[in-house]
Amino acid sequence: MNEVLKLHYDVDGENFTSAGDASVNVKKKLRQMGFSPDVIRRVSIAMYEGEINMVIHACGGEVDVFIYPEEIDIILADKGPGIADVELAMKEGYSTAPDNIRSLGFGAGMGLPNMKRYSDEMKIESKVGAGTKITMKVKVAGE
Amino acid sequence: MKVNDIVTKLSLEVLCGDTSREAGGCYIGDLLSWVMSHAKCDDVWITIMSNSNVVAVASLVDAACVIIAEGVKPDPEIIALAQSKDICLLGSEKTAFELAALMPEL
Ligand SMILES: Nc1ncnc2c1ncn2[C@@H]1O[C@H](COP(=O)(O)OP(=O)(O)OP(=O)(O)O)[C@@H](O)[C@H]1O
Ligand SMILES: [Mg+2]
Repeated sequence: MNEVLKLHYDVDGENFTSAGDASVNVKKKLRQMGFSPDVIRRVSIAMYEGEINMVIHACGGEVDVFIYPEEIDIILADKGPGIADVELAMKEGYSTAPDNIRSLGFGAGMGLPNMKRYSDEMKIESKVGAGTKITMKVKVAGE
Repeated sequence: MKVNDIVTKLSLEVLCGDTSREAGGCYIGDLLSWVMSHAKCDDVWITIMSNSNVVAVASLVDAACVIIAEGVKPDPEIIALAQSKDICLLGSEKTAFELAALMPEL
């Protein structure tokens, strides 16, 4: 585990147009490093969902990505409103996204379920009024 | 089947990008998280959404191309963004249903 690449991104909570840039950047890096299309897809989609949630629900935040040969860890941290009922938020179809956000194509309530589905491990730590920290691990399956 | 053949068969407008890619399937949807959970790599993605997130999602799922249906016209900035990310954007006046009905077997 000595070959580690660390990436850090600040996610701007105001800017919808640039939302997703960090994930697309990670995707490019992983591709350059020669990870399999499956790993690249899982990491970039899981991270994108987290990034978009930060913009929509938490006024932005920070993402740290640690790339090891055998796994990729993604840590999303924000100082937003927090999630009162994590179990409910994890349900497919549950969304508090307002109408203006829905008109952009978000609000299916599938983001957190996608993050769970595309990662091998996911942990949500959230405190109402303080913020949310989501840690995801994507394992690189050996040949 | 190449994207180019689909462009001809469905009389699509090429807004930007490379149409020489091979298409492997087709997915229709406008809810982006839903698309990210169900669309596959090399799919032709049909949608009526046309904002910048469509470009990001197309890139993340690695769609072969995006067909923006029902005559929805993306802004020039969106087309430029898609171009810069190597995303092939196509346009059509037809509905998603009409497009799917004309789609050759993939
Ligand atoms: N970082 C966050 N801070 C506060 N609340 C959040 C955060 N992420 C998610 N939530 C809450 O959890 C709900 C479910 O999130 P999820 O990503 O599954 O769906 P969505 O963002 O509403 O819609 P979609 O992701 O399908 O576009 C959100 O509607 C929101 O209430
Ligand atoms: Mg979401």
